[in-house]
Amino acid sequence: MLVIKDLHAKIEDKEILRGINLTVKPGEIHAIMGPNGSGKSTLSAVLAGNDKFEVTEGEVSFNGKKLLELPPEDRSREGLFLSFQYPVEIPGVSMVNFMRTAVNEHRKYKGEEALSASDFLKKMRDKKKLVEIDSKLTNRSVNEGFSGGEKKKNEIFQMAMLEPTLSILDETDSGLDIDALRIVANGVNKLKTENNATILITHYQRLLDYIVPDYVHVLYKGRIVKSAGKELALELEEKGYDWIKKEFED
Amino acid sequence: MTVTSQIVNLQEEYLALYNQNEAHLLNGAPDRMNELRQEAIGHFERLGIPSNKVEEYRYTNLQPFFKGTLSIGFSNEQLGVKLGDIFQCDVPELESYPVFLVNGWYSFQNVKDFGLPEGVIMGSIAEIGKKHPELLEKYYGTAANMDRDGLIAMNTAFAQDGLFLYVPKGVVVDKAIQIVNIMTGDVDRLAFQRNLVIMEENSQARIMVCEHTLSPNKYVINSVTEVIACENAVCDIYNVQNQHNLTTQVASTFIRQKAYSNVVTNNLTLHAGVARNNVVVTMEEEHCESHIYGLYLTDKNQHVDNFSFVDHAKPDCLSTELFKGVLDDRATGAFAGRVLVRKDAQRTNAYQTNKNLLLTEDAKINSKPQLEIYADDVKCSHGATVGQLDDAAMFYLRSRGVSEAEARILLMYAFAYEVIEKIRVEPLREQIRGLVEKRFRGELDKCDSCVVCGQLGNSLTCL
Ligand SMILES: Nc1ncnc2c1ncn2[C@@H]1O[C@H](COP(=O)(O)OP(=O)(O)O)[C@@H](O)[C@H]1O
Ligand SMILES: [Mg+2]
Repeated sequence: MLVIKDLHAKIEDKEILRGINLTVKPGEIHAIMGPNGSGKSTLSAVLAGNDKFEVTEGEVSFNGKKLLELPPEDRSREGLFLSFQYPVEIPGVSMVNFMRTAVNEHRKYKGEEALSASDFLKKMRDKKKLVEIDSKLTNRSVNEGFSGGEKKKNEIFQMAMLEPTLSILDETDSGLDIDALRIVANGVNKLKTENNATILITHYQRLLDYIVPDYVHVLYKGRIVKSAGKELALELEEKGYDWIKKEFED
Repeated sequence: MTVTSQIVNLQEEYLALYNQNEAHLLNGAPDRMNELRQEAIGHFERLGIPSNKVEEYRYTNLQPFFKGTLSIGFSNEQLGVKLGDIFQCDVPELESYPVFLVNGWYSFQNVKDFGLPEGVIMGSIAEIGKKHPELLEKYYGTAANMDRDGLIAMNTAFAQDGLFLYVPKGVVVDKAIQIVNIMTGDVDRLAFQRNLVIMEENSQARIMVCEHTLSPNKYVINSVTEVIACENAVCDIYNVQNQHNLTTQVASTFIRQKAYSNVVTNNLTLHAGVARNNVVVTMEEEHCESHIYGLYLTDKNQHVDNFSFVDHAKPDCLSTELFKGVLDDRATGAFAGRVLVRKDAQRTNAYQTNKNLLLTEDAKINSKPQLEIYADDVKCSHGATVGQLDDAAMFYLRSRGVSEAEARILLMYAFAYEVIEKIRVEPLREQIRGLVEKRFRGELDKCDSCVVCGQLGNSLTCL
C-alpha cells in the first residue's frame, strides 16, 4: 500500500529526513517512536504534502501512485489521512461546512454524486457517536477554542468521516487524559479493517496498550534505526532512548 | 430638468453651474435646505473637491472622478424607469418597507400604503420638508459639518431630494426599512442625495440601503445622510454597495447621539469602482453606544476608502469599530479611523480594529488609526493588521481533500464572517452571507438579480 524508498527532506537547508525506508501493507499497524525532534512529524507532513518541506531525494508510492507528485488534496482523496499533532484552529469555517465540502470533494473524485443534506447529516451523526464527540463541537468553527483533547477527538472524527485507507496519527495520544485516550483508541480500533492500515506516531507505550501494533520502528535523526515487533515498544518504555542514541550517535 | 456640463477645472465650473441653476435649486426645495445653500457654496468655493493633498483624503484623490462630461438633474424627472419591471421587492424572507430613489430623487411610482406604525413619516425630503418645516428647521444640517469637507459643502449646496424618515417617541418600526438607490439612464451622471433620519426618544428602526447601478454609464454619487438618535433610540443602518466599476461613490453618514442611544452602521462594499465612506459620530450626551463596521471586497482596479471619526464629547460612552477588507488583483484600499476623547469624556471605551487580507502582491492597503485622548480614565485600543491567507489553515483544509480554490473561498469567507455576524437583522445577515460567498466565487454579478432587494437580473454587459 505504502512504499517509502530512501526519502530525504529538508527545511531551510536543514536536512531532517535522511533516508527513510518503510513499507506498509493493508491490515497492518505500524508504530513509529523516537525522541523529540527526530523527524516524526516531518515525515508525516511530507507524506501529507506540506510544501514547507522540500523533498530532495527518494520516492513514495501509495496504492501504485507516485504520492509525491500529487497535491495534498489528491493525496487525501486517494485515501491518505493525517491526524495532526497540532490541529489548526480556523475561526469562521464551520465544522459542518468543512466536512460537507471535504466529503463531497472525495465523492466527486471517485465519480460519485454529492451526498444529499439529510444523508450527510446522518453520516455526521453516526460518526460522531463512533468517536463520542460532543455535538456542540461539530456546530462550531474548526477547532476554535477546543481543548487539546477535543482537538484530537475531532481529528479522529474527521478520519471517520473520510474513511481513509492509510491513517497517520501523529501523537494523537499526547495530552489526552485516560478517558479521552480510551475513546480515541476505541475509535481507531472500530475503524480498523483488513483493507486499511495505520501508522501511529507516539513516544509513549501507553497508546500501544490499546492499539496493538504489528511493527515498531524507532526514528532517530531522520532515519529508521531499529524495527521490530511490539516488544520493542516495551523495551523502549523500560530503557528510554539513551541506548539507541548511544548506539547511533554520528 | 437635466443640465449637462463639461467639467475640467472643478471649482470654477461647479460654481458657475450653481450660479446658473440657483433658481432651479431653490425652486421646490424646502426653505431650510435653501437657507443653507449660499453658505455651503461659499465653503465649496474655498475647499473644492478633495485631492490627496487634503489630509483626510490622502489615499483617495477624488478630483479626476468629478471631471468630464456629467449630467445633473435639477428636478424630479423620474426618467421613465418602470421600477416594477426591474425590482421585485417582495423577497418573502425579507419583510420590509421598500423605498426607491432614482438618481438621487425619491420615486413616487411604487409608493403604496406601507402600513407604517402610527406617527412614522417616511418619504421624499423635498416634499415632507415643506409639510413639516419645523422638523427640518430643528435638525437639517445640524449633523453634517460643511465647513471642513468640500464634498459635504457641495452636497449641501446642490442636493434637492433624498429620503426623510421620522420615528416618533417610543415607536418601534417592526420591519426593516429598505432604501434602494438606483443609478440609471443613458448619460454619465452626477447625483446628489440628502437623507435625514430622526429617531425620537425610545424609538427603534433598522434601515437597509442597497446601492445599484442599472446601466453601464459613468456615475458619480455624492450622498449625505444625517441621523439624529435621541435619548435611548436604537438605530441600525446597513449599506450594501453593489455597483459597477465605473461608479464613484462618496457616502457620508453623520450621526448625532443623545444619552443611552445605540447606533450601528455597517458599510458592506461588495462591488464598487471607487468608494469612499465617511462615518462621523458625535456623542453629545452620556452613555451612548456606537458600533461602526465595514467590509470591503475589492479586485481589479477597485478602490475603497473608509474614513471614520468618533467624537467622544461626553463621559461613559462606548464605541467599537471593526473594518475588514479583502483585496485582490491590483485593488487598493485605505482605512483611517480618528477617535477623539475630549477632556471630560471620562470612562470612555473606544476600540478600533482594521484587518486586511491581501491576496496578491499588487494589492495595497493604507491603514491609519488616529487616537487623540485628552481624558485620563479611558479604555482605548486600536489595531491594524495586513496579512495573507494562513498557510497552516490552507494546508489543513487541503489535507482533508478540499481543493486549493475551495479552501481559499472558505478562508476568505471566514475572514469576512466577523463583520457579517454583526448584522442584527437575521434575514439580511443570511442574505449577505450568500452574497459574500458568491462574490468570493466570482459569481456575484452586479447585473445579477440582487438577493437583498429582489432586483431582477438584466442583460447588461458587465464592466
Ligand atoms: N518549520 C520548521 N522550521 C525549521 N525547523 C523545523 C521546522 N519544523 C521542524 N523543524 C525541525 O526539524 C526537526 C524534526 O522536527 P519534527 O519532525 O517536528 O520532530 P518530532 O515530530 O520527531 O518531534 C527538529 O529539529 C525541528 O526543530
Ligand atoms: Mg512531532
